Amino acid sequence: MSILIDKNTRVLTQGITGKTGQFHTKAGKEYANGAACCVAGVTPKKGGQSYEGIPIFETVKEAKAATGANVSVIYVPPPFAAAAIDEAVEADLDLVICITDGIPVRDMIRTKYKMIGKRTKLIGPNCPGVITPDECKIGIMPGHIHKKGPIGVLSRSGTLTYEAVGQLMEAGLGQSSCVGIGGDPVNGLKHIDVMKMFNDDPATEAVVMVGEIGGTDEEDCARWVKANMKKPVIGFIAGLTAPPGKRMGHAGAIISGGKGTAESKLAVMEECGIKVTRNPAQMGQLMKSVLK
Amino acid sequence: MKIHEYQAKEILRKFGVRTLRGVPCFSLDEAVAAGKSLGGSVWVVKAQIHAGGRGKGGGVKLAKSPEALKTHASAILGMQLKTPQTGPEGQKVRRLLIEEGANIKKEYYVALVVDRASQRAVLMASSEGGMDIEEVAHKTPEKIHRVTIDPMAGLTDAQAQDMARNIGLPADALPQAGDLLRALYKAFDETDAALVEINPLIITADHQVIALDAKMNFDENALFRHPEIVALRDLDEENPAEVEASKFGLSYIELDGNIGCLVNGAGLAMATMDICKLYGGSPANFLDVGGGASTEKVTEAFKIMLKNPSLKAILVNIFGGIMKCDVIAQGVVQAARQVSLQVPLVVRLEGTNVELGKKILAESGLPILAANNMADAAQKAVSAVKGAA
Repeated sequence: MSILIDKNTRVLTQGITGKTGQFHTKAGKEYANGAACCVAGVTPKKGGQSYEGIPIFETVKEAKAATGANVSVIYVPPPFAAAAIDEAVEADLDLVICITDGIPVRDMIRTKYKMIGKRTKLIGPNCPGVITPDECKIGIMPGHIHKKGPIGVLSRSGTLTYEAVGQLMEAGLGQSSCVGIGGDPVNGLKHIDVMKMFNDDPATEAVVMVGEIGGTDEEDCARWVKANMKKPVIGFIAGLTAPPGKRMGHAGAIISGGKGTAESKLAVMEECGIKVTRNPAQMGQLMKSVLK
Repeated sequence: MKIHEYQAKEILRKFGVRTLRGVPCFSLDEAVAAGKSLGGSVWVVKAQIHAGGRGKGGGVKLAKSPEALKTHASAILGMQLKTPQTGPEGQKVRRLLIEEGANIKKEYYVALVVDRASQRAVLMASSEGGMDIEEVAHKTPEKIHRVTIDPMAGLTDAQAQDMARNIGLPADALPQAGDLLRALYKAFDETDAALVEINPLIITADHQVIALDAKMNFDENALFRHPEIVALRDLDEENPAEVEASKFGLSYIELDGNIGCLVNGAGLAMATMDICKLYGGSPANFLDVGGGASTEKVTEAFKIMLKNPSLKAILVNIFGGIMKCDVIAQGVVQAARQVSLQVPLVVRLEGTNVELGKKILAESGLPILAANNMADAAQKAVSAVKGAA
């Protein structure tokens, strides 16, 4: 088992004819069961063409009808990416993973509004994607650093997620699924939503939760963990040394109004029974220690 | 992206927000002429810098005669204005706003921001205008009222007037205040603003509701569709190194330590700063080179970091992922040669071909300290700084 995606997932790539879309679709196809997973691409006005043997369609609806795709990954440029999410939601897919970085917040507010009452889940935007090791890779993460195992990984960052995975591997621990939810302030699934899924997933024995300064998503998740989680959770929050009022790369990574500091997040997580480390090089060892 | 008060007011006026009459000035002569053209007998001389808290630093003065106007304008223009938001070095004042005076009866606070929790825009307002709003939020949170805005319906007339009533505006001013709040939201929405803050919003003795101050920040991701806002950018107000970095797609923020951190990815970059501190060092900057750490990007990143006189060592932390470590190593070596690097360089690479990458670093003939992991890298950088001191 795993969460969100597995070897039976059928993926369509929105923006498959762009350079980024092509590169990562090819890597996804070459990873584990990818040849069976990657079934379609969508680029308006390029329907009927193909890429790496993957048929390209005009619309998500057509691609879904023709191939049975249930998950979409989006590499569409920022000005058009929110509309691409809307299209996937309209087509009633199970899950949309939006990799695109730089979507205007105003567009995302409207897209989230349109998603109310729809069944489609959203991961991202501005995220590395989701991987279920040795089954299916959707996104821009390097597949080869992962292997199947009992640890769920949940993070707002990209490369810091890979760092966490690298340390788990050093400690001899594989992963059930790794989910990068992205750093934007208006986005899809939050820490709490993914944590619930890991709690319900029989293949996940423990969870690494990696957060960042800004917002209160980590705190909300920690409180839920305290009340409901049946598995050990360890955590790290990046940005202990970040000064207030300075945006650290991600639109969401800013300490404003005295809220969203790394210390305040770590304190709440500790109160809620999550073992935390202030040393980003200790995530793997900390996980190993709680599993004993 | 930030803009000046006078620019924000020009935008807000177009949307129907009432402000005082005022003239932006770049010289003393212009300031004196502005006083004449505005007429009246009371003016306010306001320093135009991007940082807030200008009044506290002596950047806002009331003038009750043309002579006083000239004296204040002369003192403020060119001054190094220090406010709680500028840092100890302050910010040079290059522009003034000369405004007509107003008979203020009471001050209020109004702001629009994007709220992560509701994933919508939120209107916040308080009866405690003119104060540090963070302090109000901390001490008397019940005095801050909020309304979440439906993105399709916008701020409704009923919501706007309710808010005006909640913060204590008098009954006869509610329709006027409601219109102003709706105009503010329209401006926030249509310009892709990240923040609109009116502190204070005032009611005058004759019950006119006016935005006395105005602050607007914009979503940088949306600037592609607002060339009119990009045109308002004032590079004098920004850190030159940060401006230079943005030209090369580098996200750079100068800090007050001495270990230059060059990292791919914002989260890993923050974590690298954190681990430096943990091992007794102090980061000189946040620097995210983005997904592709090309030779050109790394070279520019080195150049930008080296302009910081406090810099004593550089720590490169790249989780290669899809990029191969040998390619990154070649980039780092070339970049170090191009800038004739004089400070100690610690490099930690992870990902495909990591051994080959390390070999390239070792055989480069450059004094590069290769690190095996993040902790090792931070420790090596910290001891290199101590050795240099």
